[in-house]
Amino acid sequence: MTARSWWKTALGVVLTAFMLFPVYWMVNVSLTQTGDLRRSTPRWFPSDPTFEGYSAALSQQLPALATSLVIGLGCVALTVVVAAPAGYALAILNLRGGRTLNFVLLVAQMIPAVVMAMGFYAIYVRLGLLNTVWGLIVADSTIAVPFGVLLYSTFMAGIPRELIQAARVDGAGPWRTFTKVVLPVSRNSTLTVSLFAFLWAWSDFIFASTLNRSGEFVPITLGIYQYIGNNTTQWNAIMATAVVASLPAAILLVVAQRYVAAGVTAGAVKD
Amino acid sequence: MTTTSVGETGRVSQPGAAGPRPAAPRQDGRRRRTHSPSARQWAALAFASPLLAYLAVFYAFPLWRNIELSIHDYTVRAFVQGNAEFVGFEKYIEVFTSNAFPTALVNTAVFTLVSIGLQYVIGLALAVFFHANFRLSGVLRALFLVPWLLPLIVSASTWAWMLNSENGIINSVIEAFGGEQINWLTSPDTALTAVIIANIWLGIPFNLVILYAGLQQIPAEVYEAASLDGATAREQFWRITVPLLRSVSAITLLLGFIYTLKVVDVIWIMTTGGPGNASLTLSVWSYREAFGTGQPDFSPAAAIGNLLIVIALVVGFLHLRLQRTRGNS
Repeated sequence: MTARSWWKTALGVVLTAFMLFPVYWMVNVSLTQTGDLRRSTPRWFPSDPTFEGYSAALSQQLPALATSLVIGLGCVALTVVVAAPAGYALAILNLRGGRTLNFVLLVAQMIPAVVMAMGFYAIYVRLGLLNTVWGLIVADSTIAVPFGVLLYSTFMAGIPRELIQAARVDGAGPWRTFTKVVLPVSRNSTLTVSLFAFLWAWSDFIFASTLNRSGEFVPITLGIYQYIGNNTTQWNAIMATAVVASLPAAILLVVAQRYVAAGVTAGAVKD
Repeated sequence: MTTTSVGETGRVSQPGAAGPRPAAPRQDGRRRRTHSPSARQWAALAFASPLLAYLAVFYAFPLWRNIELSIHDYTVRAFVQGNAEFVGFEKYIEVFTSNAFPTALVNTAVFTLVSIGLQYVIGLALAVFFHANFRLSGVLRALFLVPWLLPLIVSASTWAWMLNSENGIINSVIEAFGGEQINWLTSPDTALTAVIIANIWLGIPFNLVILYAGLQQIPAEVYEAASLDGATAREQFWRITVPLLRSVSAITLLLGFIYTLKVVDVIWIMTTGGPGNASLTLSVWSYREAFGTGQPDFSPAAAIGNLLIVIALVVGFLHLRLQRTRGNS
């Protein structure tokens, strides 16, 4: 290690600390005593930590966390079921009109969520799907499906043709080729798509706040929002809920960092 | 063809390298006998059918409903009964001539352009910095992703508390240095700045990751040759990094534009577009009309939404043209 590179590491640590300061602050506030929240000079360190914020958060927000989990997993299942076969049709079966479909998917990603929310609202009002978990799963999946199809088809286009042809020679039809060859080979794409479908559904606020405002089961994002509206003095409880709501993202970043980086770039830098 | 750091993880192979190779003629003939082209097309259609159905029901239909909303006069009652009066473009005219329109348009432009500009500059600086590959650079780069992964409500409410006038840490620091308390979120002069700061913070990870991926595509030999010729670090940045990163930069900025145009959550949670209309953008305005007040007004909200789609579409076509020229070059 040269002296120069130590200097860079030090600067890198300082920059990262600066960038992550809001995250630190969230944790710090979540551990602060209610009485200390309104001090004129906030405490920089949780010198006298309390878990009252966490116990308040968990006692009230546990159902919301469960709801978000169900919505996230439902969204993953729906996204993969729709996107994987479509990627196969586009990349390997050379679907006619594939270019047009690709363009449609690209445009679909540009539509503002608030517009989709109004459309869904208008439909759900008639069908009685407002304030249902199902309605929210479907709406949340619209963020992930176009991304999923594009990611799958980019990956599948790179699968060596010999592999597909070998399956055909062995007498496998399109369905068996898909389930026995293409899907297992695309495992990493499935992981990336699932990860993003889950995170987006988990983090969604716009659909939750429009389609599920008065439901029996509200997701955690809306739980936090209603919390802010109800008791603006208990910021330690709000921040404690926020910390808990951030846990899936933190866990996924540790466990699956390379899939995260792959997903961020896949949306932007494709061939 | 530029498949990039997807390849960094070694998962998505380059189409050029692993693309179709000429198959042995025998296999080819056999394939044609067992699966005729039309049979294959039917299979393709079958596999694509869930997506096609999905797009029709969950994309085309809501969008069509949205257009319908904008050309009728929808009230809550008309919503349930379905007998809204047809008013043509009246709602659009109402939106364009509204007092809020010029404010929202200017705010949208400022919010979008300042956000993506600074996100890009900071993201590029960080990407160049992390590209040097010093000890811990991988871990620190991963940590930079955290803001992007947090639910927006979490980041937005944290920023709201940090920017709080009396008890926020930011004002506390400013006052410690002798400055005066700034009413970040409650003063019309600073509300837009406050939400832009939070939004820049949110967008840095995305810019960093993509530009870093772009940097990795530039062959190291180019820099080596330049060093041998005596080029300084600054010259290398302006003469090599910037020109060779041009297409990646264009895509980054375009996607940034599209994402930022859509932003509702951050602004809504921090300021609800206020005070007054001080931090109102077109997206937030649309949200506010439809869902933000006690009296939902869906028709103008839908009209604003459709205007946003038109802007996004124009940019989308630009994106496509850009990708095409990149493919040819």
